[in-house]
Amino acid sequence: MASNEYVVRTKDLSKEFMLGGVPLRALDNVQLDIRRGEYVSIMGPSGSGKSTLFNMIGGLDKPTHGTVFINDVDMAQLDAQELAYLRCRTIGYIFQTFNLIPVMTALENVTLPTVFAGVPTDEGIERGIELLNIVGLGERLHHKPSELSGGQQQRVAIARSLANNPAIILADEPTGNLDLKTGKEIITLLKKLNQEQGVTIISATHDLKMLDVSDRVVWIRDGRIERIEERADLDIKVGEMEGVES
Amino acid sequence: MQEQQHRIERQVHLPLSKAFEIALRNIRIRFGRSMITASGILLGIAFLATVITQIAAQNALNIEVTEELRMRNIWLVTLALLMSTIGITNSMLMSVTERFKEIGTMKCLGALDRFVVTMFILEGMLMGVIASVLGAVVGAGVQLLAIGFGQGWSVIGKLDWGVLTGRLGLCILLGGGLTFLATIAPAYRAAKMPPAAALRVEI
Repeated sequence: MASNEYVVRTKDLSKEFMLGGVPLRALDNVQLDIRRGEYVSIMGPSGSGKSTLFNMIGGLDKPTHGTVFINDVDMAQLDAQELAYLRCRTIGYIFQTFNLIPVMTALENVTLPTVFAGVPTDEGIERGIELLNIVGLGERLHHKPSELSGGQQQRVAIARSLANNPAIILADEPTGNLDLKTGKEIITLLKKLNQEQGVTIISATHDLKMLDVSDRVVWIRDGRIERIEERADLDIKVGEMEGVES
Repeated sequence: MQEQQHRIERQVHLPLSKAFEIALRNIRIRFGRSMITASGILLGIAFLATVITQIAAQNALNIEVTEELRMRNIWLVTLALLMSTIGITNSMLMSVTERFKEIGTMKCLGALDRFVVTMFILEGMLMGVIASVLGAVVGAGVQLLAIGFGQGWSVIGKLDWGVLTGRLGLCILLGGGLTFLATIAPAYRAAKMPPAAALRVEI
Protein backbone atom coordinates (compact mmCIF):
# COMPACT_ATOMS: atom_id res chain seq x y z
CA MET A 1 0.00 0.00 0.00
CA ALA A 2 1.08 3.59 -0.38
CA SER A 3 3.65 4.86 2.10
CA ASN A 4 4.10 8.42 3.26
CA GLU A 5 7.29 8.82 1.30
CA TYR A 6 6.94 10.88 -1.88
CA VAL A 7 8.39 9.34 -4.99
CA VAL A 8 7.32 12.16 -7.32
CA ARG A 9 6.83 15.81 -6.42
CA THR A 10 6.20 18.66 -8.81
CA LYS A 11 6.51 22.30 -7.83
CA ASP A 12 5.01 25.18 -9.84
CA LEU A 13 5.33 23.05 -12.93
CA SER A 14 4.58 24.93 -16.17
CA LYS A 15 5.19 24.18 -19.80
CA GLU A 16 4.68 26.48 -22.74
CA PHE A 17 4.79 25.51 -26.36
CA MET A 18 5.10 27.93 -29.23
CA LEU A 19 2.23 27.25 -31.58
CA GLY A 20 2.43 29.30 -34.77
CA GLY A 21 4.33 32.02 -32.93
CA VAL A 22 1.79 32.17 -30.09
CA PRO A 23 2.78 30.71 -26.70
CA LEU A 24 0.41 28.01 -25.56
CA ARG A 25 0.41 27.11 -21.90
CA ALA A 26 0.04 23.32 -21.78
CA LEU A 27 0.72 23.09 -18.04
CA ASP A 28 0.03 25.86 -15.58
CA ASN A 29 1.54 25.75 -12.09
CA VAL A 30 0.91 22.12 -11.36
CA GLN A 31 1.64 20.93 -7.82
CA LEU A 32 1.38 17.18 -7.45
CA ASP A 33 2.84 14.85 -4.85
CA ILE A 34 2.72 11.11 -5.42
CA ARG A 35 3.46 8.64 -2.64
CA ARG A 36 5.51 5.51 -3.08
CA GLY A 37 3.31 2.56 -3.97
CA GLU A 38 0.35 4.64 -5.09
CA TYR A 39 -1.75 3.96 -8.18
CA VAL A 40 -2.54 7.40 -9.57
CA SER A 41 -4.58 8.14 -12.66
CA ILE A 42 -4.23 11.48 -14.39
CA MET A 43 -7.57 12.01 -16.12
CA GLY A 44 -8.56 14.62 -18.60
CA PRO A 45 -9.77 15.13 -22.14
CA SER A 46 -7.32 15.23 -25.06
CA GLY A 47 -5.32 18.42 -25.05
CA SER A 48 -5.79 18.92 -21.32
CA GLY A 49 -2.06 18.66 -20.67
CA LYS A 50 -1.92 15.17 -19.20
CA SER A 51 0.54 13.87 -21.76
CA THR A 52 2.69 16.96 -21.20
CA LEU A 53 2.63 16.23 -17.47
CA PHE A 54 3.54 12.61 -18.25
CA ASN A 55 6.54 13.79 -20.28
CA MET A 56 7.71 16.14 -17.54
CA ILE A 57 7.48 13.50 -14.80
CA GLY A 58 9.24 11.01 -17.04
CA GLY A 59 12.09 13.37 -17.81
CA LEU A 60 11.26 13.19 -21.51
CA ASP A 61 10.89 16.94 -21.90
CA LYS A 62 12.05 19.97 -19.94
CA PRO A 63 9.57 22.24 -18.12
CA THR A 64 9.47 25.97 -18.91
CA HIS A 65 9.18 26.80 -15.20
CA GLY A 66 9.12 24.79 -12.03
CA THR A 67 10.68 21.53 -10.98
CA VAL A 68 10.05 17.82 -10.87
CA PHE A 69 11.60 15.81 -8.06
CA ILE A 70 11.98 12.07 -8.44
CA ASN A 71 13.00 10.49 -5.13
CA ASP A 72 13.91 14.02 -3.97
CA VAL A 73 16.29 14.50 -6.90
CA ASP A 74 15.66 17.65 -8.95
CA MET A 75 15.53 16.45 -12.53
CA ALA A 76 16.57 19.81 -13.96
CA GLN A 77 19.96 19.38 -12.29
CA LEU A 78 20.73 16.11 -14.08
CA ASP A 79 22.93 15.94 -17.15
CA ALA A 80 22.17 13.72 -20.14
CA GLN A 81 23.92 10.66 -18.75
CA GLU A 82 22.28 10.96 -15.35
CA LEU A 83 18.89 11.35 -17.03
CA ALA A 84 19.57 8.21 -19.06
CA TYR A 85 20.44 6.40 -15.84
CA LEU A 86 17.18 7.56 -14.26
CA ARG A 87 15.09 6.58 -17.29
CA CYS A 88 16.81 3.23 -17.39
CA ARG A 89 16.49 2.18 -13.74
CA THR A 90 14.02 4.34 -11.85
CA ILE A 91 11.20 4.78 -14.36
CA GLY A 92 9.44 2.26 -16.59
CA TYR A 93 7.44 3.62 -19.52
CA ILE A 94 4.32 2.24 -21.15
CA PHE A 95 2.84 3.90 -24.22
CA GLN A 96 -0.50 3.96 -25.99
CA THR A 97 1.08 2.64 -29.18
CA PHE A 98 3.13 -0.02 -27.30
CA ASN A 99 6.37 1.16 -28.97
CA LEU A 100 8.09 -2.20 -29.11
CA ILE A 101 11.21 -2.40 -31.27
CA PRO A 102 9.86 -4.13 -34.40
CA VAL A 103 13.05 -5.97 -35.36
CA MET A 104 13.37 -7.64 -31.94
CA THR A 105 11.49 -10.56 -30.38
CA ALA A 106 9.35 -10.22 -27.25
CA LEU A 107 12.18 -11.49 -25.07
CA GLU A 108 14.76 -9.21 -26.70
CA ASN A 109 12.46 -6.24 -26.21
CA VAL A 110 12.09 -7.05 -22.52
CA THR A 111 15.83 -7.55 -22.01
CA LEU A 112 16.85 -4.36 -23.87
CA PRO A 113 16.68 -2.13 -20.75
CA THR A 114 18.89 -4.63 -18.89
CA VAL A 115 21.39 -4.40 -21.75
CA PHE A 116 21.47 -0.62 -21.35
CA ALA A 117 21.88 -1.07 -17.59
CA GLY A 118 24.92 -3.28 -18.12
CA VAL A 119 23.33 -6.41 -16.64
CA PRO A 120 25.13 -9.61 -17.79
CA THR A 121 23.33 -11.25 -20.74
CA ASP A 122 22.35 -14.49 -18.97
CA GLU A 123 20.94 -12.62 -16.02
CA GLY A 124 19.00 -10.29 -18.33
CA ILE A 125 17.50 -13.19 -20.26
CA GLU A 126 16.51 -14.94 -17.03
CA ARG A 127 14.84 -11.75 -15.83
CA GLY A 128 13.12 -11.31 -19.21
CA ILE A 129 11.67 -14.83 -19.14
CA GLU A 130 10.49 -14.36 -15.57
CA LEU A 131 8.75 -11.08 -16.45
CA LEU A 132 7.11 -12.47 -19.59
CA ASN A 133 5.80 -15.32 -17.44
CA ILE A 134 4.40 -12.82 -14.96
CA VAL A 135 2.49 -11.00 -17.71
CA GLY A 136 1.26 -14.32 -19.09
CA LEU A 137 3.37 -14.50 -22.26
CA GLY A 138 5.76 -17.28 -21.28
CA GLU A 139 4.79 -19.13 -24.46
CA ARG A 140 5.49 -16.23 -26.79
CA LEU A 141 9.12 -15.41 -25.95
CA HIS A 142 10.46 -15.54 -29.47
CA HIS A 143 7.62 -13.86 -31.35
CA LYS A 144 8.16 -10.55 -33.09
CA PRO A 145 5.77 -7.70 -32.18
CA SER A 146 4.08 -8.05 -35.59
CA GLU A 147 3.14 -11.62 -34.65
CA LEU A 148 1.39 -10.54 -31.44
CA SER A 149 -2.05 -9.02 -30.82
CA GLY A 150 -2.40 -5.50 -29.41
CA GLY A 151 -3.07 -6.78 -25.91
CA GLN A 152 -0.08 -9.12 -26.08
CA GLN A 153 2.16 -6.31 -27.33
CA GLN A 154 1.08 -4.15 -24.41
CA ARG A 155 1.89 -7.03 -22.04
CA VAL A 156 5.38 -7.21 -23.53
CA ALA A 157 5.67 -3.44 -23.04
CA ILE A 158 4.60 -3.83 -19.39
CA ALA A 159 7.18 -6.60 -18.88
CA ARG A 160 9.79 -4.35 -20.50
CA SER A 161 8.90 -1.44 -18.24
CA LEU A 162 9.65 -3.67 -15.21
CA ALA A 163 12.97 -4.97 -16.50
CA ASN A 164 15.24 -2.96 -14.19
CA ASN A 165 12.95 -3.02 -11.12
CA PRO A 166 11.83 0.60 -11.44
CA ALA A 167 10.27 2.54 -8.57
CA ILE A 168 7.74 4.12 -10.91
CA ILE A 169 5.80 2.97 -13.93
CA LEU A 170 4.56 5.76 -16.14
CA ALA A 171 1.78 4.78 -18.50
CA ASP A 172 0.49 7.11 -21.22
CA GLU A 173 -2.99 5.98 -22.30
CA PRO A 174 -2.05 2.30 -21.87
CA THR A 175 -5.53 1.13 -22.91
CA GLY A 176 -6.06 3.71 -25.65
CA ASN A 177 -5.44 1.32 -28.53
CA LEU A 178 -7.13 -1.72 -27.01
CA ASP A 179 -10.69 -3.03 -27.04
CA LEU A 180 -12.80 -3.01 -23.89
CA LYS A 181 -12.00 -6.52 -22.71
CA THR A 182 -8.25 -6.35 -23.45
CA GLY A 183 -8.11 -2.92 -21.86
CA LYS A 184 -9.65 -4.33 -18.69
CA GLU A 185 -7.09 -7.14 -18.63
CA ILE A 186 -4.24 -4.66 -18.91
CA ILE A 187 -5.66 -2.55 -16.09
CA THR A 188 -6.02 -5.64 -13.89
CA LEU A 189 -2.42 -6.59 -14.67
CA LEU A 190 -1.16 -3.12 -13.77
CA LYS A 191 -3.09 -3.20 -10.50
CA LYS A 192 -1.69 -6.64 -9.71
CA LEU A 193 1.88 -5.43 -10.28
CA ASN A 194 1.14 -2.38 -8.14
CA GLN A 195 -0.04 -4.58 -5.27
CA GLU A 196 2.42 -7.46 -5.58
CA GLN A 197 5.59 -5.62 -6.55
CA GLY A 198 4.84 -2.35 -4.78
CA VAL A 199 5.67 -0.33 -7.88
CA THR A 200 4.14 3.16 -8.07
CA ILE A 201 1.89 3.49 -11.11
CA ILE A 202 1.13 6.81 -12.72
CA SER A 203 -1.18 6.61 -15.66
CA ALA A 204 -2.34 9.39 -17.96
CA THR A 205 -5.67 8.26 -19.33
CA HIS A 206 -9.21 9.12 -20.24
CA ASP A 207 -10.35 5.55 -19.77
CA LEU A 208 -12.95 5.53 -16.99
CA LYS A 209 -12.23 1.85 -16.32
CA MET A 210 -9.08 3.07 -14.57
CA LEU A 211 -11.18 4.70 -11.81
CA ASP A 212 -11.89 1.34 -10.18
CA VAL A 213 -8.27 0.53 -9.46
CA SER A 214 -6.85 3.98 -8.74
CA ASP A 215 -5.86 5.10 -5.24
CA ARG A 216 -6.19 8.70 -6.41
CA VAL A 217 -7.48 10.38 -9.52
CA VAL A 218 -6.09 13.71 -10.63
CA TRP A 219 -8.43 15.56 -12.97
CA ILE A 220 -6.69 17.92 -15.34
CA ARG A 221 -8.28 20.58 -17.49
CA ASP A 222 -6.57 23.30 -19.52
CA GLY A 223 -3.21 22.54 -17.96
CA ARG A 224 -4.41 22.94 -14.37
CA ILE A 225 -5.36 20.41 -11.73
CA GLU A 226 -9.11 20.73 -11.48
CA ARG A 227 -9.55 18.38 -8.54
CA ILE A 228 -7.97 15.36 -6.90
CA GLU A 229 -10.21 12.54 -5.77
CA GLU A 230 -9.12 10.05 -3.14
CA ARG A 231 -10.08 6.40 -3.12
CA ALA A 232 -12.73 7.24 -0.49
CA ASP A 233 -14.48 9.72 -2.78
CA LEU A 234 -14.42 7.25 -5.63
CA ASP A 235 -16.02 4.45 -3.62
CA ILE A 236 -19.05 6.29 -2.43
CA LYS A 237 -21.29 4.34 -4.74
CA VAL A 238 -19.71 0.99 -3.90
CA GLY A 239 -19.65 1.40 -0.14
CA GLU A 240 -17.40 2.75 2.56
CA MET A 241 -15.43 -0.42 3.33
CA GLU A 242 -12.44 0.34 1.13
CA GLY A 243 -12.64 4.01 1.93
CA VAL A 244 -11.81 3.38 5.59
CA GLU A 245 -8.44 1.80 4.98
CA SER A 246 -7.01 4.60 2.87
CA MET B 1 16.48 -2.51 -3.66
CA GLN B 2 14.56 0.73 -3.88
CA GLU B 3 16.90 2.45 -1.42
CA GLN B 4 19.67 2.33 -4.01
CA GLN B 5 17.51 4.14 -6.48
CA HIS B 6 17.76 7.37 -4.57
CA ARG B 7 21.28 7.70 -5.84
CA ILE B 8 21.52 8.84 -9.42
CA GLU B 9 24.68 7.84 -11.20
CA ARG B 10 25.81 8.42 -14.73
CA GLN B 11 24.73 6.01 -17.39
CA VAL B 12 27.92 4.78 -19.02
CA HIS B 13 27.07 1.52 -20.65
CA LEU B 14 27.41 1.44 -24.43
CA PRO B 15 26.49 -2.05 -25.62
CA LEU B 16 28.35 -2.06 -28.94
CA SER B 17 27.45 -5.63 -29.86
CA LYS B 18 23.77 -4.78 -29.37
CA ALA B 19 24.10 -1.70 -31.59
CA PHE B 20 25.73 -3.87 -34.25
CA GLU B 21 23.03 -6.52 -33.95
CA ILE B 22 20.21 -3.97 -34.31
CA ALA B 23 21.97 -2.27 -37.25
CA LEU B 24 22.37 -5.60 -39.04
CA ARG B 25 18.72 -6.51 -38.51
CA ASN B 26 17.55 -3.14 -39.74
CA ILE B 27 19.48 -3.67 -42.96
CA ARG B 28 18.05 -7.16 -43.36
CA ILE B 29 14.47 -6.20 -42.64
CA ARG B 30 14.55 -3.37 -45.17
CA PHE B 31 16.65 -5.40 -47.57
CA GLY B 32 15.25 -3.96 -50.80
CA ARG B 33 15.84 -0.40 -49.78
CA SER B 34 19.23 -1.19 -48.24
CA MET B 35 20.24 -2.62 -51.61
CA ILE B 36 19.16 0.54 -53.44
CA THR B 37 21.12 2.69 -50.98
CA ALA B 38 24.13 0.41 -51.25
CA SER B 39 24.00 0.32 -55.04
CA GLY B 40 24.30 4.13 -55.09
CA ILE B 41 27.67 3.90 -53.36
CA LEU B 42 28.56 0.76 -55.32
CA LEU B 43 28.08 2.50 -58.68
CA GLY B 44 30.03 5.59 -57.61
CA ILE B 45 32.98 3.53 -56.39
CA ALA B 46 32.77 1.23 -59.43
CA PHE B 47 33.09 4.25 -61.70
CA LEU B 48 36.12 5.47 -59.76
CA ALA B 49 37.64 1.98 -59.98
CA THR B 50 37.21 1.84 -63.77
CA VAL B 51 38.97 5.18 -64.13
CA ILE B 52 41.82 4.03 -61.88
CA THR B 53 42.19 0.77 -63.79
CA GLN B 54 42.16 2.66 -67.10
CA ILE B 55 44.94 4.94 -65.84
CA ALA B 56 46.94 1.87 -64.74
CA ALA B 57 46.60 0.44 -68.27
CA GLN B 58 47.68 3.71 -69.86
CA ASN B 59 50.71 3.81 -67.58
CA ALA B 60 51.58 0.23 -68.53
CA LEU B 61 51.45 1.14 -72.21
CA ASN B 62 53.31 4.43 -71.67
CA ILE B 63 50.45 6.40 -73.17
CA GLU B 64 50.64 10.10 -72.37
CA VAL B 65 47.41 11.34 -70.85
CA THR B 66 46.51 14.90 -71.79
CA GLU B 67 45.87 17.34 -68.98
CA GLU B 68 42.40 18.00 -70.39
CA LEU B 69 41.44 14.33 -70.24
CA ARG B 70 42.80 14.02 -66.74
CA MET B 71 40.77 17.00 -65.53
CA ARG B 72 37.66 15.64 -67.19
CA ASN B 73 38.14 12.31 -65.42
CA ILE B 74 38.55 13.99 -62.06
CA TRP B 75 35.43 16.05 -62.70
CA LEU B 76 33.35 13.02 -63.67
CA VAL B 77 34.52 10.95 -60.71
CA THR B 78 33.85 13.82 -58.29
CA LEU B 79 30.34 14.23 -59.67
CA ALA B 80 29.66 10.50 -59.42
CA LEU B 81 30.86 10.35 -55.82
CA LEU B 82 28.92 13.47 -54.85
CA MET B 83 25.75 11.92 -56.21
CA SER B 84 26.41 8.71 -54.31
CA THR B 85 26.96 10.64 -51.10
CA ILE B 86 23.77 12.63 -51.57
CA GLY B 87 21.94 9.40 -52.25
CA ILE B 88 23.11 7.69 -49.09
CA THR B 89 22.48 10.82 -47.00
CA ASN B 90 18.93 10.86 -48.29
CA SER B 91 18.35 7.21 -47.48
CA MET B 92 19.81 7.57 -44.01
CA LEU B 93 17.63 10.63 -43.36
CA MET B 94 14.60 8.59 -44.38
CA SER B 95 15.71 5.64 -42.30
CA VAL B 96 16.16 7.92 -39.28
CA THR B 97 12.88 9.79 -39.78
CA GLU B 98 10.73 6.69 -39.99
CA ARG B 99 12.33 5.46 -36.79
CA PHE B 100 11.95 8.56 -34.62
CA LYS B 101 9.51 6.71 -32.38
CA GLU B 102 11.88 3.79 -32.00
CA ILE B 103 14.70 6.16 -31.11
CA GLY B 104 12.53 7.95 -28.54
CA THR B 105 11.58 4.60 -27.05
CA MET B 106 15.18 3.47 -26.81
CA LYS B 107 16.09 6.67 -25.03
CA CYS B 108 13.25 6.02 -22.57
CA LEU B 109 14.77 2.61 -21.90
CA GLY B 110 18.10 4.19 -21.05
CA ALA B 111 19.93 4.41 -24.38
CA LEU B 112 22.55 7.14 -24.51
CA ASP B 113 22.72 9.55 -27.44
CA ARG B 114 26.01 7.89 -28.31
CA PHE B 115 24.27 4.52 -28.62
CA VAL B 116 21.76 5.92 -31.12
CA VAL B 117 24.51 7.61 -33.16
CA THR B 118 26.63 4.44 -33.09
CA MET B 119 23.70 2.32 -34.22
CA PHE B 120 23.00 4.46 -37.31
CA ILE B 121 26.66 4.90 -38.20
CA LEU B 122 27.18 1.14 -37.99
CA GLU B 123 24.16 0.66 -40.20
CA GLY B 124 25.48 3.14 -42.76
CA MET B 125 29.03 1.82 -42.61
CA LEU B 126 27.98 -1.79 -43.02
CA MET B 127 26.21 -0.88 -46.23
CA GLY B 128 28.90 1.58 -47.33
CA VAL B 129 31.91 -0.68 -46.84
CA ILE B 130 30.32 -3.76 -48.41
CA ALA B 131 29.10 -1.66 -51.36
CA SER B 132 32.54 -0.05 -51.76
CA VAL B 133 34.33 -3.42 -51.81
CA LEU B 134 31.87 -4.75 -54.37
CA GLY B 135 32.10 -1.50 -56.33
CA ALA B 136 35.90 -1.63 -56.48
CA VAL B 137 35.85 -5.29 -57.58
CA VAL B 138 33.11 -4.80 -60.17
CA GLY B 139 34.55 -1.56 -61.55
CA ALA B 140 38.09 -2.87 -61.85
CA GLY B 141 36.85 -6.22 -63.22
CA VAL B 142 34.72 -4.67 -65.94
CA GLN B 143 37.51 -2.32 -66.99
CA LEU B 144 40.07 -5.15 -67.05
CA LEU B 145 37.77 -7.15 -69.34
CA ALA B 146 37.35 -4.11 -71.57
CA ILE B 147 41.12 -3.64 -71.74
CA GLY B 148 41.67 -7.34 -72.41
CA PHE B 149 39.21 -7.42 -75.29
CA GLY B 150 40.07 -3.99 -76.66
CA GLN B 151 43.81 -3.70 -76.30
CA GLY B 152 44.87 -7.31 -75.92
CA TRP B 153 45.29 -9.53 -72.87
CA SER B 154 49.04 -8.92 -72.77
CA VAL B 155 48.38 -5.46 -71.34
CA ILE B 156 46.91 -7.05 -68.20
CA GLY B 157 50.24 -8.72 -67.53
CA LYS B 158 52.12 -5.44 -67.80
CA LEU B 159 49.97 -3.63 -65.21
CA ASP B 160 51.63 -2.50 -62.01
CA TRP B 161 49.44 -4.62 -59.76
CA GLY B 162 50.92 -3.28 -56.55
CA VAL B 163 49.94 0.29 -57.38
CA LEU B 164 46.55 -0.73 -58.76
CA THR B 165 45.54 -2.77 -55.69
CA GLY B 166 46.74 0.02 -53.44
CA ARG B 167 44.60 2.55 -55.29
CA LEU B 168 41.57 0.25 -55.28
CA GLY B 169 42.08 -0.09 -51.53
CA LEU B 170 41.99 3.70 -51.30
CA CYS B 171 38.70 3.62 -53.28
CA ILE B 172 37.21 1.38 -50.62
CA LEU B 173 38.43 3.66 -47.84
CA LEU B 174 36.99 6.64 -49.69
CA GLY B 175 33.63 4.87 -50.05
CA GLY B 176 33.61 4.09 -46.34
CA GLY B 177 34.62 7.66 -45.48
CA LEU B 178 31.91 9.19 -47.66
CA THR B 179 29.27 6.91 -46.12
CA PHE B 180 30.45 7.96 -42.69
CA LEU B 181 30.09 11.64 -43.63
CA ALA B 182 26.67 10.99 -45.13
CA THR B 183 25.42 9.17 -42.04
CA ILE B 184 26.72 11.35 -39.25
CA ALA B 185 24.33 14.29 -39.73
CA PRO B 186 21.09 12.24 -39.78
CA ALA B 187 22.34 10.11 -36.89
CA TYR B 188 23.15 13.15 -34.78
CA ARG B 189 19.81 14.71 -35.55
CA ALA B 190 18.06 11.57 -34.32
CA ALA B 191 20.12 11.24 -31.16
CA LYS B 192 19.81 14.84 -30.04
CA MET B 193 16.02 14.94 -30.17
CA PRO B 194 14.31 15.11 -26.77
CA PRO B 195 12.50 11.77 -26.31
CA ALA B 196 9.12 13.51 -25.99
CA ALA B 197 9.54 15.11 -29.42
CA ALA B 198 10.70 11.85 -30.96
CA LEU B 199 7.71 9.99 -29.53
CA ARG B 200 5.25 12.61 -30.76
CA VAL B 201 6.23 12.22 -34.40
CA GLU B 202 3.54 10.63 -36.54
CA ILE B 203 4.43 9.46 -40.01
